[in-house]
Amino acid sequence: MVEFLQQLLNGISQGGIYALIALGYTMVYGILRFINFAHGDVFMLGSFAGFYLGPLVLRLCGGTPSFAVAGLTLMFAMVGCALVGMLIERLCYKPLRHQPRINVLITAIGVSLLLENGGQFLFGADPKSFPDLITDRALELPAALGPLSALTITLSQVIVLVVTGLLLIVLHVIVRHTRTGLAMRALSLNPVAAQLSGVDLNRIIGITFGLGSALAGAAGILISIQQPSIDPLMGINAGLKAFIAAVLGGIGNLPGAVLGGIVIGLLEAMIVGYGSPTYRDPIVFAVLIGILLFRPAGLLGKTILEKV
Amino acid sequence: MSRLIFFFFAILGLFFTAKAQETIKVGEFASLTGGNASFGQASHKGTLLAIEEINAAGGVLGKKFELITEDDQSQAGQPATIVQKLIAQDKVVAILGEVASSKSLEAAPICQQNKIPMISPASTNPKVTEIGDYIFRVCFIDPFQGTVMAKFALSKGWKRVALLTDVKQDYSVGLAEFFVKYFTSHGGEIVKEQKFSSGDKDFKPQLTSLKAAQPDAIFIPGYYGEAALIGKQARLLGIKATLMGGDGWIGDSLLKVAGKSLDGSYVSTHFFDQDPSPVVQTFVKKYRARYPGETPDDMAALGYDSAMILAAAMQRAGTTESAALRDAIAATKNHAGITGSITLDEKRNASKSAIILTIENGAFKFEQSVAP
Repeated sequence: MVEFLQQLLNGISQGGIYALIALGYTMVYGILRFINFAHGDVFMLGSFAGFYLGPLVLRLCGGTPSFAVAGLTLMFAMVGCALVGMLIERLCYKPLRHQPRINVLITAIGVSLLLENGGQFLFGADPKSFPDLITDRALELPAALGPLSALTITLSQVIVLVVTGLLLIVLHVIVRHTRTGLAMRALSLNPVAAQLSGVDLNRIIGITFGLGSALAGAAGILISIQQPSIDPLMGINAGLKAFIAAVLGGIGNLPGAVLGGIVIGLLEAMIVGYGSPTYRDPIVFAVLIGILLFRPAGLLGKTILEKV
Repeated sequence: MSRLIFFFFAILGLFFTAKAQETIKVGEFASLTGGNASFGQASHKGTLLAIEEINAAGGVLGKKFELITEDDQSQAGQPATIVQKLIAQDKVVAILGEVASSKSLEAAPICQQNKIPMISPASTNPKVTEIGDYIFRVCFIDPFQGTVMAKFALSKGWKRVALLTDVKQDYSVGLAEFFVKYFTSHGGEIVKEQKFSSGDKDFKPQLTSLKAAQPDAIFIPGYYGEAALIGKQARLLGIKATLMGGDGWIGDSLLKVAGKSLDGSYVSTHFFDQDPSPVVQTFVKKYRARYPGETPDDMAALGYDSAMILAAAMQRAGTTESAALRDAIAATKNHAGITGSITLDEKRNASKSAIILTIENGAFKFEQSVAP
């Protein structure tokens, strides 16, 4: 029982990270109807931002790992990734906005390859040891919990869950309760009508890329706190899993991306814990195929009839 | 006049052949540049040290060794060309090399075909010596380490051991297989087996399941990248079992990433510069004198041993003729090498002791040496 709950916890904390990345895929898809395949690599850049900025922040804060160090580094990585995301959109996707969608899709693959191989060139291909921003440790659970006190919850897991939760709330507020959010939703619903009513297309698309990339940057820091070994190709697998999570939840649907992320994280933990990691990736990809075959709109997506 | 010129050249020719016979040419191929350069440089330095020592002591059969070294640039395809050149043009009597099994596998068929004995210092893949009866190695092979760690676990009284293997690496699967074979047939029990794939970063699901089985120790025959993260996550999850690994753990970044979380773990390897045995300490001293500021690693020690075994065999054979030399190398028994007492078995693999290291305060420390 404790083992099962432990796996549940492992799965949710990994799933939270997938969810953060999946949101970026789904937000961009919601507005531009295309998959930004370079998104997983922005997540990788977030990790490397932490790798290079972390030690500086650490020195500024007196040299001891603390919440402040982790928080500041997280912030810097988010801002950095937001800028990178907006830059990619401005340079690579915007000039192609009125071209067939396949062009921009292939460009996204090109950007992804550029970031991966450029990363190997700039940072080196060998795995790097991520600096200790916060001293990770197992939390003592009160004995009052009975047999449940045997559960091991690490500080980094708590941080991942709390930060993911906070970011989701912030995102929810932005999308549901601000004029920018309203404009984003309007664009996603009907781009032409939205522009006719005065929505600035370029600004909203820029903000969407910025927000999505900032979340990916946050995910990059969070995963590196848990698993302090990073390399320039780390975004490929994480990006693919998050993409599957976004499709599973219903691409374009924000709560769906979160749900999908958690489900994929749990699924992986359970397959590895009770089966074999050999089957982990095949099963996760089988889920993608299954969902596309039987429920193409995803778990929370609405099926919309397209007029021919 | 023309007769005089002919005579002159004949004398000159005689002189050159006589000169050529004064040395025994030994070929070496190594990755001196490229991705495996750190391995190649170390084994080359060890080999060179041995050759210089042999020559300083008067050489073998009254002649000095001449080491002809070629760089394969860590590139596939290169070893075949280079070894062909060493044999056909330089007429070497034996070949030393390579560290990487894939490179040795390329060169071995050529040596076998030309009946030139080849001794690999550090290729651990079993297939290398299966190429033919002219191919030897002075390191132990992958399966052996598994057996050694199983013996070690039993000697520590650990009866319940869990496994965490990398399914993508033959190395890992091989070590695990032979660990289980020895361990279970000598009273041990494998309480749980979990797997991962190279490149994985999150091992908490596997470790959670291993923890539930409450093992005395966990054998993790992986490479240093994953081993470091496993160590870190295992401690976070509150796993108190001892962690064990093979020589794949020994890499620069292991202790950098893992910090002190691997303290108390054990790994098997070929050689350790802080091994207190006098043979090792003399070697370390000689190496440092020859290459100031450098400390020999296992590759350097194996390179040294490969050249020494060749020299000893040649002395016993009393000739450099290939068949006799081959037989003499094959008959190597209890050669006192830097990496232990080496005996070549009927499959031309080295049977020798392994070194077990422990990790203390984030640094490797000599634990013991285990006989085969």
